[in-house]
Amino acid sequence: MTERTPYLISGDTGDWEIVMGLEIHAQVASNAKLFSGAATAYGAEPNTQVSLVDAGMPGMLPVINEKCVEQAVRTGLGLNAQINLYSRFDRKNYFYPDLPQGYQISQFAHPIVGEGEIEVDVEPAHGDPAYTFSVGIERLHLEQDAGKSIHDMDPDATYVDLNRSGVALLEIVSKPHIRSPYEAASYVKKLRSIVVALGTCDGDMEKGNLRADVNVSVCRPGGYDKFRETGDFSHLGTRCELKNMNSFRFIQQAIEYEARRQIAIIEDGGEVDQETRLFDPDAGETRSMRSKEDAHDYRYFPDPDLLPLELQQDYVDQIRATLPELPDQKRARFVNDYGLSAYDAGVLVAEADKAEFFEAVAKGRDPKLAANWVSQDLFGYLNKEGLDLGDTPVSATQLGGLIDLISDKTISGKIAKDVFAKLIDEPGADPAAIVERDGLKQVTDAGAIEKVVDDIIAANPEQVAQVKAQAAEGHKKPKALGWFVGQAMKASGGKANPQAVNEILKAKLEI
Amino acid sequence: MTDLTKLTLDAALKGLKNKSFSSREITQAHLDAIDAANPQLNAYTLVTADKALAMADTSDAKLAKGEGGALEGAPLGIKDLFSTKDVRTAACSNILGEFAPPYESTVTQNLWDAGAVMLGKLNMDEFAMGSSNETSAYGPVASPWRRAGGDNAKLTPGGSSGGSASAVAADLCLAATASDTGGSIRQPAAFTGTVGIKPTYGRASRYGMVAFASSLDQAGPLAKSVTDAAIMLENMCSADDKDSTCLKLDIPKWTDSVGASVKGMKIGVPKEYRVDGMPAEIDKVWQDGCDWLKAAGAEIVEVSLPRTKYALPAYYIVAPAEASSNLARYDGMRFGDRKDGANLTDVYETTRGEGFGAEVRRRLIIGAYVLSAGYYDAYYLRAQKVRTRILKDLQAVFQDVDALLTPTTPSAAFALGENSADPVSMYLNDVFTVTANLAGIPGISVPAALDAQGLPLGLQVLAPALDEATCFKVASALEDAASFTAKADRWW
Amino acid sequence: MSVTPDDVRKAARLSRIKIDEDRLDHMTGELNGILEWIEQLNEVDVDGVEAMTTPVEMSLPMRADTVTDGDKQSDVLANAPRSDDGFFVVPKSVE
Ligand SMILES: [Mg+2]
Ligand SMILES: [Zn+2]
Repeated sequence: MTERTPYLISGDTGDWEIVMGLEIHAQVASNAKLFSGAATAYGAEPNTQVSLVDAGMPGMLPVINEKCVEQAVRTGLGLNAQINLYSRFDRKNYFYPDLPQGYQISQFAHPIVGEGEIEVDVEPAHGDPAYTFSVGIERLHLEQDAGKSIHDMDPDATYVDLNRSGVALLEIVSKPHIRSPYEAASYVKKLRSIVVALGTCDGDMEKGNLRADVNVSVCRPGGYDKFRETGDFSHLGTRCELKNMNSFRFIQQAIEYEARRQIAIIEDGGEVDQETRLFDPDAGETRSMRSKEDAHDYRYFPDPDLLPLELQQDYVDQIRATLPELPDQKRARFVNDYGLSAYDAGVLVAEADKAEFFEAVAKGRDPKLAANWVSQDLFGYLNKEGLDLGDTPVSATQLGGLIDLISDKTISGKIAKDVFAKLIDEPGADPAAIVERDGLKQVTDAGAIEKVVDDIIAANPEQVAQVKAQAAEGHKKPKALGWFVGQAMKASGGKANPQAVNEILKAKLEI
Repeated sequence: MTDLTKLTLDAALKGLKNKSFSSREITQAHLDAIDAANPQLNAYTLVTADKALAMADTSDAKLAKGEGGALEGAPLGIKDLFSTKDVRTAACSNILGEFAPPYESTVTQNLWDAGAVMLGKLNMDEFAMGSSNETSAYGPVASPWRRAGGDNAKLTPGGSSGGSASAVAADLCLAATASDTGGSIRQPAAFTGTVGIKPTYGRASRYGMVAFASSLDQAGPLAKSVTDAAIMLENMCSADDKDSTCLKLDIPKWTDSVGASVKGMKIGVPKEYRVDGMPAEIDKVWQDGCDWLKAAGAEIVEVSLPRTKYALPAYYIVAPAEASSNLARYDGMRFGDRKDGANLTDVYETTRGEGFGAEVRRRLIIGAYVLSAGYYDAYYLRAQKVRTRILKDLQAVFQDVDALLTPTTPSAAFALGENSADPVSMYLNDVFTVTANLAGIPGISVPAALDAQGLPLGLQVLAPALDEATCFKVASALEDAASFTAKADRWW
Repeated sequence: MSVTPDDVRKAARLSRIKIDEDRLDHMTGELNGILEWIEQLNEVDVDGVEAMTTPVEMSLPMRADTVTDGDKQSDVLANAPRSDDGFFVVPKSVE
C-alpha cells in the first residue's frame, strides 16, 4: 500500500486542503422501535406503525428496547471503541411537525460508546494507487428518528407520516480525519461494511437506513498536520455541515462543491458562516438550510422519563464473544489462508454476501482461480448489468463446477469463458452438462493432436524454417511457435489442450 | 335513608358489600349532589353520568353475585390530568381542546379494574401549574369552606388538585385522584379539611398522566379519612412496565398501618420550618400535633434541615425546565386546538400563545430560559445539585428519626383573587411540601384543627422513601387525637 | 444576572409562544422578580455535588424487541386537527 497524498484544490491564491468529519446515522436493525413496541419495517401504510408513544400523545412514556442497546454495544465493539458502562439519555428540544414530542431523545453528555478507530481502504481511482488510512471515532450514541414530512401531496400543506418516528438510530461521529471526497465515500463504505457484517444495520442507503452528514472545512496545506499535532481546531477553517446524504456519488459531489464554495468565499476576503447546508443533486450545489435569526438552541437536558443506562462488563463481554468476523479480520484471513492480494481480498470482504459467495466457490478449489472468477468474471458481469449479487444468474455451486472443469483440464480457461456465458443464458444449467452437450471437452488425446500438428507442419514449410532459426538463435520460446499453437488451437475448435499442443509441437519441430 | 354521599369510602364499600344500598343508588346520590353543587363550586369540568350509571350497574351485578374488586361500586372523581379513554382529558387547558385520548392512564385503569365508578373529570390548575386552581381554563374552583363571620368571599380549595379537594370536601365523590408535583395534593388537603398523600416517587405509574414535571409528578388520592386514603393509594399504585421510572415493587397493604401504634417512634420537627411571619395558629396546631404524638407514645426531637429554604427556588427551576420540554408536544399538529397563522412558526406561536394561559406561558418561558445556552449551568445544573444536597440532608435526618412532622401550609386558605398578583407569593404556598417532591419521599396531610376563622389547617407527615406505612401510622394517630369532624356548612 | 426584554423574546421564541410586544416589559419584570428570588441558590455550596436528575435508584428497565404496538392508524389520527389519506396534514413546513 502506498502513502496517502494530500488532496489539493488550487484556488486563485494558492492551494487548499479539505478536512472532514462525518456523522453517520445508521438505522438499528430491530423489530420494534427504540422506546415503543411499534414495528420498524419499511414501506408500511402511513401511520400504521405508530404507537401512541411515537405520536407524542399526552402522558405517553418511553421504555427502551433491549435489542437496540445490544446493537449499539455490538457496533461499538466492531469499531474497536470504548463501551461506556454508564450512559444517559438527553432531550434535544426543537419544534418540527414530524417531531411529535417536541424533542428528540438522544444521548448528548454521556454516549453509550466512546472513542474508537477504524482502518479505511481507499481503492485505486483516477490513476492514484490504493492506500489505507485510519479514522478516529469520536463517539456513538443511540437516538430516535423523526417522522417523514411529505411536501408534494398538497401545494399548501405538508403531510406527515410517523412510521419512522421513534425508530432507533446509531449516530456514529468520526474525528476530522478525512481529507478528500473519495476518502469520505470510502469511509462510509467501510463503516457500512462493518455494520452490515455485525448485523446492526442493513446498510440500505437507498431507503435512507444509512445516511451521512459531512462537516467540511478548508485550510491551507499544513494546517491539518498542525491540528493533528496540537489538537487545536483553530488550525482548521470554519466548518459547514452537509446534511443527510445517502449516496456515495452525492457525498463526493457535495464535498467538492462545498470546498470550492468555501475557498471562493475566503479568497474573496469573506468569512465562512458555520451553518447547516443541504446538497441539491439536481443543481449540483449546496444550499443553506436555516436562516440565522432562527439559530438553534437545543436546550439538552437529561430525560426525566428515563433512568441512566448502566451496563455490566459481563454483558459487554458476552456480546464481544458473539461478534461475527469483521471485514478487516476476514480480509487478513483471505490473505493468509487463500494467498490473495490485500486488494483482491479487500474487494471480496467489502460486502458480507460477496465474501460468503467467494468462500463457497473457493472451498476445496484453487483460491486464486476462484477469486479471479468471482471478482472479475461474475462481479464484472453483475456490475455491467447493474445486478445485485442476490440476483446472480450463476450460483456459487455452478461457478465452482466450472472451475472444477478447468482444474481437471476438462476444458481450457478460454472455453470456460464461453461456458460461463452459457450459464448466464441458461439459468440453473450444470456446467459439465453444457460442456458435454456442446462438445467443448478439451482434446488431450495425443493422437488427435499429432494429426492436426502434422497437417500444419506439412502445409507451412516457411514458418517451420523460421521457428527452427529462432530456436537455433537460443530463444527458449521462439516467437513463431506461438503462431503454430494458434493454428493448432484454431483447427481443433479451441478444444485442444494448449499444453499438450505445445509439447507435441516442440517434439515434432525438434526444437 | 341516610345521605349516601356523607359516607366515607370505607363505610360505603362495607355498605355496598353487605348490600345496604346499591352502587346505582350511591352513584346517583353523588350525581345529584354534583348537579346541585357544581354551579357554585365548579369542581367538575365534565360529569360522565351515563358512564357512571352503566359502571354502577356492572358493579351491582358483580356485588349481587358476591364478586367484585376492592373498590367495587364506589363512585370516584378523576382529576383531569389522568387520561380517560374516549372521555375528554384536557388538563384544564384550552390547548387540548376536546382531546379524547384513545387510551387509559394506568392509575385510573387500576381503579376501574378494582371496580370503581367514574363520576367525571375534576377541575385543576392548567397542567397542574398553580396553587389555587385559578389557572384552569375552566374557571376557578371554590372551596366548600367559607370564613366564619360572613364575608362570604369564595375561597380557594388550593391547587393544583383544587377540583379533587373541593369535591371530596363537599361530598361530591367518595374520594378522588389527584397529583402532586410541588404540593398539589397536600396543600389542597390542608385547605379543605381532607386527607391527601403523595407516595414515594415511582409508586404510582405516570403512564397516561399528563406530564408537568416528570421527575417530580406523582399521583395520589384526596380522601375523607386516613383509612380512605390508604384504600385509594393501594388501588392506584402498581408496578407498571409502561413507566420506566415506576418502581418494580409490590404494593404494601397500607390499610394495615392505619391505626397501628406510634409508640416508641421518633418524630423529627425541623426547626427551619419555623418560617418568618408564620401565623401563630399554624404554630399552635404544629405544637398540638407534637403533643398528640407524644401522648401516643412517640418521642419528639428537633432536627435540622439546613437547606430547607432553597427547596422552593430549586423547584422553580427544575419544574419549569422539565415542563418547557414536556409541554412542547402541545403544538396543534397531531391533536388539540390548532390556530391559524401566516406560516408554520406563526401557527406554532399563535396556537401556543393563545392555547396556554398566563401562568403556563410564564413557566414555559422560564423553563426555556434556564435550559438555554449560557444559563444551563448557572440555573438548571445548580438547582439539580442543590436538590442532591436537600436529599442528603433528609437522608441524614432519617438516620435518626422515623418521620418528620410539619405544618402542611404556611397559612389557611385564601380568597380567590387574593394572591394572584405576585407569582412568588403564590409559589410560597408550597414552601413546606415541595421538599418531598424534590427528594421523592412520601408525604401525607391530615386535617388537624380549624383556625379562628373556622378554616381547616393541616399537618404534614414526611417519611423516608418507600415508607408510606409510617406516614399512615403517624397520620392516623394525629387523626385520632385531633378528632377532626368538621364539615363545611352547605351554602350552595 | 438580569433578564432583558430581548432575553424574554428569545426564550419565548424558543418556546414557540407568541407574546405581544407591549406585554414584553411586564413579562420581563415578572421573570426578573422570579429569577431574583431564585438567585439565593448561589448561597449553597455545590462544589463536587452530583446533579440529581431523578429520585429513582434502579437500573433502567428494558422491553423485549417484539412488536406489541401499532396498527392503530385511526387512534393515532383520531384527535388530529386535520388528516387526509392516513396522514397528518400540517401547515406547509418548507418555503
Ligand atoms: Mg448530529
Ligand atoms: Zn443525530
